[in-house]
Amino acid sequence: MSRVANEFKELTWQGLWQNNPALVQLLGLCPLLAVTTSAVNGFGLGLATLLVLMGSNITVSVVRNFVPNEIRIPIFVMVIASFVTVVQLLMNAFTYELYLALGIFIPLIVTNCAIIGRAEAYASKHPVKESAYDGFIMGVGFAIVLVVLGAMREILGSGYLFSGMDLLLGDWASVMTIQIFEPEQPFLLAILPPGAFLGMGLIIALKNILDPKMAQWFAPKITKNVERARVTTETNTREQS
Amino acid sequence: MQFSLSSSPHNRVRRDTGQVMRMVCYACIPGVIAQTYFFGWGTIIQIALAMFTAVVTESAILELRKKNVSRGIRDYSAILTALLLGICLPPLAPWWLVVIGTFFSIAIVKQLYGGLGFNMFNPAMIGYVVLLISFPIAMSAWIPVQSMAQSPYDFIDALSTIFTGYSQSGYSLAQLQLGIDGITQATPLDAVRTGLLSGLTYSETLNANIFSSDWGWSYGWSPVALAYLLGGLFLLGNKVINWHMPISTLAGVVFTAGFLNILSPDQTGSITFHLMSGAVLFGAFFIVTDPVSGSTTDKGRVIFGLMIGFLTVIIRTYGGYPDAIAFAVVIMNIAVPLIDYYTQPRTYGHKS
Repeated sequence: MSRVANEFKELTWQGLWQNNPALVQLLGLCPLLAVTTSAVNGFGLGLATLLVLMGSNITVSVVRNFVPNEIRIPIFVMVIASFVTVVQLLMNAFTYELYLALGIFIPLIVTNCAIIGRAEAYASKHPVKESAYDGFIMGVGFAIVLVVLGAMREILGSGYLFSGMDLLLGDWASVMTIQIFEPEQPFLLAILPPGAFLGMGLIIALKNILDPKMAQWFAPKITKNVERARVTTETNTREQS
Repeated sequence: MQFSLSSSPHNRVRRDTGQVMRMVCYACIPGVIAQTYFFGWGTIIQIALAMFTAVVTESAILELRKKNVSRGIRDYSAILTALLLGICLPPLAPWWLVVIGTFFSIAIVKQLYGGLGFNMFNPAMIGYVVLLISFPIAMSAWIPVQSMAQSPYDFIDALSTIFTGYSQSGYSLAQLQLGIDGITQATPLDAVRTGLLSGLTYSETLNANIFSSDWGWSYGWSPVALAYLLGGLFLLGNKVINWHMPISTLAGVVFTAGFLNILSPDQTGSITFHLMSGAVLFGAFFIVTDPVSGSTTDKGRVIFGLMIGFLTVIIRTYGGYPDAIAFAVVIMNIAVPLIDYYTQPRTYGHKS
């Protein structure tokens, strides 16, 4: 039992921090950079990606023993594409304005490398329960970055935070809009594409600063110890000294 | 004891970074005086604000990076960046504009890449581009030459406009922008660009009253450009900068403008117009010659300068902005590694 618990702990650590699909693997950058002009856009796309990721991971894990190894990639892509279609139709039906705002980037979730990456690297080799959790936690890790980047650009660009949340969550959420400050003129750079790259770079830098502390506090203790001979010299030590 | 071998030249001018940077600052003085004479006290206040922000930002970040703060400040590179940025800004732009721009130049473009010597891009120009893209309205609010303004302003007016948006006598920035005829006066580049876009010929656009002659000299703007040329020649004479970059930049402008003139005479600005307006003379001597972000080989420097001149005229003629030195420099900064790679000088004694 403790082995399974340990596995989930490890997955959480990997998905949210150590191996975060957006910050470390740098996968799915196209929607990440294009969509995050506001927190609600980031949240919407993050949610959609999360659903697709979970669905595809579960399905791939269920059929993993019947899929011939040679044609696994087309099959994974078809599984992912059908889930994306489902999510797209759902968003079209229930959150129509957000659907319009996200536009082409909902169907483009198919091409998000984070999803096929998890299907190939994890779900095709592990049982259903773990795969579902892996999809969930990787999706959450991706969505958090989307929301943080979206919020950052929204605050800098317009002074508001969580504006338009009612597009996603229903009318009650319009009270969530916070005005942080009233800009004399909007800082357009934050809204334009360069702002996405700059913001992403700053978030990655922040993660690198926090890395040692987070590892100290939250990293699961590694139980198995692998001995390996080092054949290359440690290059980092020389730079630090 | 170490016996050190070094390659020629053995007898060279011993200037440290601080001295070089200070000399560039001094060379800006004639231009700044001309700018103040024609456009009022605003420029001086912008430069002072920029320098203050630059020193504060630089020391804060050097402190964070656990570097020697006083040495970092004393190389005057941050001061020079601030000076160059302050010169480029509209004289009465609001204070937060110059603060944001300078902070971006120093913190993001210079220090995040590793400080002086490691920045890929020209800090002042990226700061300028960021401001131009982010705040197009504030950045295009140039005020008219003071002797042609409806309501000229003094030092107190300038301070009050920059910090509150209204001058001491109650004029808003939009009112201070009015020319003597009650119309917001365009810069020469803007006047020609708008004229050409609306179907006038180039010689017809020169009827705008900012031009005092019919061969491309504009009142106020061209003298400022010439004052910077004077400073640039001072730098050349003292060997602070090499001739390669400024001369090739000017050559690029002349060739491109001349070629376009032959292709479509009177539909494009003349060679003198391109040289004498906007930031070409200032840029060629003070911006392009940045030793860090420019090319490092002599042949490369010529290519670098030529391309900047070429791109400037092309963007001015066909692009979305009236002036383009900043964009051209930033674009060519990206190309520097490639240029350097293909222009490695041959080692002395190497057989062909």
